[in-house]
Amino acid sequence: MRAHILGYIQCHPQPRTSPTLSNATPEITLSARNLTRSFGKQQIIHDISLQLRRGEVLGLLGHNGAGKSTTLQMLTGCLIPDSGEIEICGINLRQHPQQAKAYIGYLPETPPLYRELTVRDFLIFAARLRGMKPAGVAQACAQAMQRCGLESVERKPIATLSKGYQQRVGIAQAIIHRPAVIVLDEPTVGLDPAQIRDIRKLIRELGDTSSVILSTHLLGEVESVCDRVEIMRQGKLIYSDTSVRMQHYGQVSGFTITLNNPPPIDELRGLPGVSQVEQLSAQQFRVVHAPDNNPSGVLLDRASQQGWQLVQLTPLHASLEEVFVQITDGEADATQEVQP
Amino acid sequence: MIRLLAMRELRSLFALPSTWFVLAIFQFIFAWLFLAGLEAFLEIQPQLAQLANPPGVTLTIASPLFFSAAFLLMMLTPMFTMRLIAEERRNQTLPLLLSSPLAERHIVLGKFTGLMAFLLMLTLIVPAMLYTLALGTQLDHGLILSNCFGLILLTASFVAVGLYVSSLTAQPVIAAIGTLAVLFGLWLADFAAKAPDSPWHQFSPLHHFQNFNAGLLDSTDAAFFVLFTAFFLLLTMRRLHNNRIYG
Repeated sequence: MRAHILGYIQCHPQPRTSPTLSNATPEITLSARNLTRSFGKQQIIHDISLQLRRGEVLGLLGHNGAGKSTTLQMLTGCLIPDSGEIEICGINLRQHPQQAKAYIGYLPETPPLYRELTVRDFLIFAARLRGMKPAGVAQACAQAMQRCGLESVERKPIATLSKGYQQRVGIAQAIIHRPAVIVLDEPTVGLDPAQIRDIRKLIRELGDTSSVILSTHLLGEVESVCDRVEIMRQGKLIYSDTSVRMQHYGQVSGFTITLNNPPPIDELRGLPGVSQVEQLSAQQFRVVHAPDNNPSGVLLDRASQQGWQLVQLTPLHASLEEVFVQITDGEADATQEVQP
Repeated sequence: MIRLLAMRELRSLFALPSTWFVLAIFQFIFAWLFLAGLEAFLEIQPQLAQLANPPGVTLTIASPLFFSAAFLLMMLTPMFTMRLIAEERRNQTLPLLLSSPLAERHIVLGKFTGLMAFLLMLTLIVPAMLYTLALGTQLDHGLILSNCFGLILLTASFVAVGLYVSSLTAQPVIAAIGTLAVLFGLWLADFAAKAPDSPWHQFSPLHHFQNFNAGLLDSTDAAFFVLFTAFFLLLTMRRLHNNRIYG
């Protein structure tokens, strides 16, 4: 009997622990309190507070125009907030901008590249610009290029590179000085699936040693790379939780099973803990159970004893899309109720 | 930091083919003007010899050549200053500088020094050509030095204006036209005001260059250039700071 429960393992996200998390509470690298910002008469950001610890990847999730980029611009000192305070590694960004910014690596929405320079020259410039001493620059440059897979294009002018490579150069310039806080604005936009996978892997690695904050409107990105998620809507943070917990938001306890040699449906209904069974096709069943009583172990035993030939067992998941819609709609309903 | 930014500016300039083209054209124009001046001097030299106190070779050749260089720079500088900040805006590279541990003054002074270094390289050919005359005759070093000094100050004032106008827009072409309009306007105001004590003369950099051009080192003129340049550089820093406030 071949029971493929690989799907189960893959779909069940493991809480991620990074090495730095082991010693008590890691230091807070970025903290923003009560940020507000308006352009003209329109208030874009309403009272946003954020905290980021070392070794944490935070996803800022929201639709286009929710104020994600504006928030990141404020965190990196490109925009001055109307009110509120930002501290980078304990240094106030407003009072000591130069010291604080030395700890930031920032990739804006459009990678800021001097297209006429070669990749190597540009990265050396970026490292020196962030205040690195000339002695360490060559090594840092080599390491950043290696991490971002840029060795093969080292001596090419940036203008001649493809979009994917340019994006990688953009990330390389943000991480070259090994900043404590890495801010990435939509880092995977416009890349092909293989590149997206590489970049997400890189972001995960970066998250082990630094704090990463990234904005995205892709829910899959949050699912695959972030430890924590903040959802933005119309300039407000409306939901904040770990990305693992977020997947449990509105989740149904249950799984879908595929059996090559299925028993009568009543036999499945009779398993302890099972509250509902629905037949999806001749061999597929949707099993719903009580949240605190998972019958999958019993089911696996029974399947092997009685030769049901279990092929697949996949837990039911409310996808992040559904979760997102639930949360944002809930918010919209709430505001509609308030407004007459 | 200022040096780093200046070097980056130079590197980007020399990566553009148009820079080399302009360099070549200007060397050619300067050489042409120099040879034309030399020829004219050789023609009238016998007549000059009959005068009681004849103007020397330096005054006859160097002064007009430096003045032409000054005038050409007025038209050339906007072509180079236009890119300084406007292009950073257009290519959206400004966030790299704004999020780096730099103050506005580093950015502005870095760009200013970078372009100054380039333009000085470009105009270096003028004294270099004049000093070839030293092979055959005695030169008035004081006059050439005063002209060089004046030309440096004049270039600085042009670059400062260009840098400021460039910081106002995201379109390099608009920055070029705007700078040209300001510089040309200042020159026209000076040119059109006939009365010798008209206040319009005081605003024109080219007017203040005239004393240097004649070999006269006047601290008033030097002070004008320093203040003029500093004023526009400060305005540019202010503009960059406002960038963080108004987005």
